[in-house]
Amino acid sequence: MKNVYKNEMKLEFLSKSCNENFARTTVAAFATQLDPTIEEIADIKTAISEAVTNSIIHGYENTEGTIYIYCKLTDDYIEIQIVDNGKGIENIEEAKKPLFSSKPMLERAGMGFTIMENFMDSMEIESSVGKGTKVTLKKVIKKDAPIKA
Amino acid sequence: MQVQYIKKNKMLIFKLTEEIDHHTSEKIRKRADYEIEIHIPKKVVFDLENVTFMDSSGIGMIIGRYKLVSLFGGTFVITNVNKIVKKTLEMSGILKIIQIEDNCCIGGNNIEECV
Repeated sequence: MKNVYKNEMKLEFLSKSCNENFARTTVAAFATQLDPTIEEIADIKTAISEAVTNSIIHGYENTEGTIYIYCKLTDDYIEIQIVDNGKGIENIEEAKKPLFSSKPMLERAGMGFTIMENFMDSMEIESSVGKGTKVTLKKVIKKDAPIKA
Repeated sequence: MQVQYIKKNKMLIFKLTEEIDHHTSEKIRKRADYEIEIHIPKKVVFDLENVTFMDSSGIGMIIGRYKLVSLFGGTFVITNVNKIVKKTLEMSGILKIIQIEDNCCIGGNNIEECV
């Protein structure tokens, strides 16, 4: 079967907060191949930032671990997987609720999954306690959008 | 980040310049809390004119500063919000408690640079 993806990219980096900027900027640079608008790029950057921050703070709880990002492009969408081998999420439905945070004392807004869900076109979370979490995000890049001055 | 304190009206202005994420929020938090605790301002302004990116860590940090300033009886506003940052602010719902106030940074005399 022919591969539907026209390009792929992998990233692997340590769970350090200084890598958040690196991760979102790199994925955004890769996504520019689809010729997205500034708003679409901002949406992707924000969603990646949320997912990577989750892995650092919640998955690895600020200890050292590795975060993996797999990106795939088709003609009209980008699919991004953010994977960690951290502690996993016990209750995904609870974690997805707006304003829910397992770490409110760290001034977390509890908006991570809400932002990912709203800024991207689809979000899937797979997680197993003690093993890790995989978040799959998809963003359709609208080619037929009118050209803005 | 540039910090200005206007003595006349006890206003403390933070001109933020970087992308606000989990990493940079920690630094902004430390500096802002230090300045707020020294000056006990009547009003604190977060000027986001040069902020090109903000995620939910920024939201958490802003809510935290709002709470601190309120504790001292001051008001907290944000200003010069661009379209991209506004989307995150709107989604988080914090605009129900924190005001966006434009043209609030028109200085005056007695500006004390805290840089």
